[in-house]
Amino acid sequence: MLEVLIFATLNGLVTGFLLFMLASGLTLIFSMMGVLNFAHASFYMLGAYFAYSLSLYFGFWTGLIFAPLIVGALGALVERYGLRKVHASGHVAELVFTFGLAFLIEESIQFFWGRDTKNYQTPDLLDFPLFTLFGQEFSAYRGFMMAISIGIFIALYYVLTKSRVGIIIQAAITHPQTVSNLGHNVPLIFMGVFGVGTALAGLAGVIAGPVLTTFPGMATVLGSIVFVIVIIGGLGSLAGAFIASLLIGLLQSYAIASDVGMPDLLNLLGISFDRSHPLNDLWTMNLPQIAPVLPYLLLVLVLIFRPTGLLGKREE
Amino acid sequence: MALLKKSSIWIAFLVALLGLPLLFDSILAISILNQMAIGIVFALSYNMLLGQGGMLSFGHAVYFGLGGFLSVHALMLIEYETMVFSILWIPLIGGLFGLLAGIFIGSFSTRKAGTVFAMISLGIGELIAASSLIFSSFFGGEAGISGDRTFGPTFFGFDFAQNIEIYYVAAVWAFIATLFTWLFTQTPAGRMANAVRDNPERAEFIGYSSRKVRFISFCASGMFAGIAGGLFALNYEFITEENLNAATSGRVLLMAYIGGLGYFIGPIIGAVVLTLMNSLLSNYSELWMLYLGIMFLLTVMFLPRGFAGFIMMHQVAWVRGNMKMLIKPYIITGIPALLFTACAIVLIEMSHTDDEVFHYLGLALNPASPITWIVILAIAGGAFYATKRSLIQLNDAWETANAIPKEEEA
Repeated sequence: MLEVLIFATLNGLVTGFLLFMLASGLTLIFSMMGVLNFAHASFYMLGAYFAYSLSLYFGFWTGLIFAPLIVGALGALVERYGLRKVHASGHVAELVFTFGLAFLIEESIQFFWGRDTKNYQTPDLLDFPLFTLFGQEFSAYRGFMMAISIGIFIALYYVLTKSRVGIIIQAAITHPQTVSNLGHNVPLIFMGVFGVGTALAGLAGVIAGPVLTTFPGMATVLGSIVFVIVIIGGLGSLAGAFIASLLIGLLQSYAIASDVGMPDLLNLLGISFDRSHPLNDLWTMNLPQIAPVLPYLLLVLVLIFRPTGLLGKREE
Repeated sequence: MALLKKSSIWIAFLVALLGLPLLFDSILAISILNQMAIGIVFALSYNMLLGQGGMLSFGHAVYFGLGGFLSVHALMLIEYETMVFSILWIPLIGGLFGLLAGIFIGSFSTRKAGTVFAMISLGIGELIAASSLIFSSFFGGEAGISGDRTFGPTFFGFDFAQNIEIYYVAAVWAFIATLFTWLFTQTPAGRMANAVRDNPERAEFIGYSSRKVRFISFCASGMFAGIAGGLFALNYEFITEENLNAATSGRVLLMAYIGGLGYFIGPIIGAVVLTLMNSLLSNYSELWMLYLGIMFLLTVMFLPRGFAGFIMMHQVAWVRGNMKMLIKPYIITGIPALLFTACAIVLIEMSHTDDEVFHYLGLALNPASPITWIVILAIAGGAFYATKRSLIQLNDAWETANAIPKEEEA
């Protein structure tokens, strides 16, 4: 029992930190532009594919450094020549634009790389068990994923709250006009933040690609979960996104690792149904089975009872 | 007389719907027409939500899918003679359950429009799509469920075994649904939906609950989506989880947006164009989804009001009788633009083909030779430059065609 709990917690934390790398960029972009970037997870996917191609020729570590840079540059271009133009047509158009972009990126990836799963491998250097607990191994690569994610989290926190650039960004989010009057190039700041946000998503893709498999559907798998996180955490709140990332990561990990289900609950209550009952599916449901549904259930509940999310600001 | 004038466009629409299979009577054409009829109803219901009511939904397939699933179950009940009625009424069952789902989900999701609504719809869409895989006795798991439409009482001797018979059923239902969605826009509820979309605060000040107004639109939209789902069930006789998941929700958004939000005819155009692309383009190229994506992004960027908006842009020039001033500039810009598109397509296709010789527009091209590439790239570059240059004179012509005439100014 204890070993299951410890490993579920560790895996949940790895997922949670990974999700935060995506959610942080998404929520930063939202606070600036007021638009949820539907294509955010697509940049994550692009990161994985670029890193895969680079790793074929130059090895994993080159991919780790250059793939996020390429993705970030692409993101900046999308902001400069796409989003900025659509901005004039209003929020719905922006949301629809990013939605179409996600569609286009998925199709383009199938065009360039094909539909099959890519054999993107963890580097040999990290191909050993980090530690063994109760006879189960925890791979060094997962430890590396966690280290990178935590490193990014600390760096992001430091840059945003302590550095001069971070302070200008924070000011530009709330008072773009004033910041512009002070002589800063606000559109450039927006483009930069969009680029850095997508680069972070790309980095998440680079390190997640070998573990979560690199295939054209990987953006869809994670995309809506990241959305759920930024909403549950409260739109525009970085701390909220952090809490929600870990929450969702742990929740899913525990649900998958557990083996309880409706039959246990019914036994406890002393109720039984025979197999021919019309709701048989409901009575035989178990927790690992509904694990993929849990984040959405949580999302709907949060939106109904606390539409601003955990740490979101009160609506004006 | 006034009534006749008003209804003439509807009579024309009905005649067109019923007459189309006489012009296009191949098996493929009938199947495309069926898909169009379904698409039109579905896209209209989506426009009711987003275009008229300002609610951006990423989970509209839920109502379509639930309506469809219930319709297939109804088909099964007719087959086992638990219920006895003609399959003509199946879309009504779909609509009823779409409405019920709309009432239930709308009761808590329509409190806010905008991002909150969009996210709730996304969450519910994912929730229901994922749950449908769990409750496999009702939804049939990944394989879905299927029925048979040939049972039940016949209608004047028709047993609906043929696709063409189903087309007439679908056409009549599409006509009814179109008529009622249009009538809905004329009711106070439809008018208020526009008001709440544009300014919920003002609508509240004149005494309307914006939530209630949104709720009514939402339920009506769910009902029409359910009717579309019922038509889908009749046409294909099966339905799977794919019909209520995010991909279908995305497709209806594409249809309505490309066609033109806010214009009543927009979603109809969108449904027709997208169904045609889906059925015809997919025969020619496996990359048609890529083209669809590019077309969608270009539409959002350059024609934010869709195809219908593009047509309506010419209203002023038309009224002033200046359309002929635009014909020549359009041709001058259109030729290089078409040339550029053709070059772009051939470049995309050539980089994807394994064939030794690539046949395109009657030309036999060699994808392996760099000369082919250089020549096409050069033509594409030239065409792009020519398009860009000719846009200037098109812009000038546009200005003059739309300018206020001198005497009016004075």
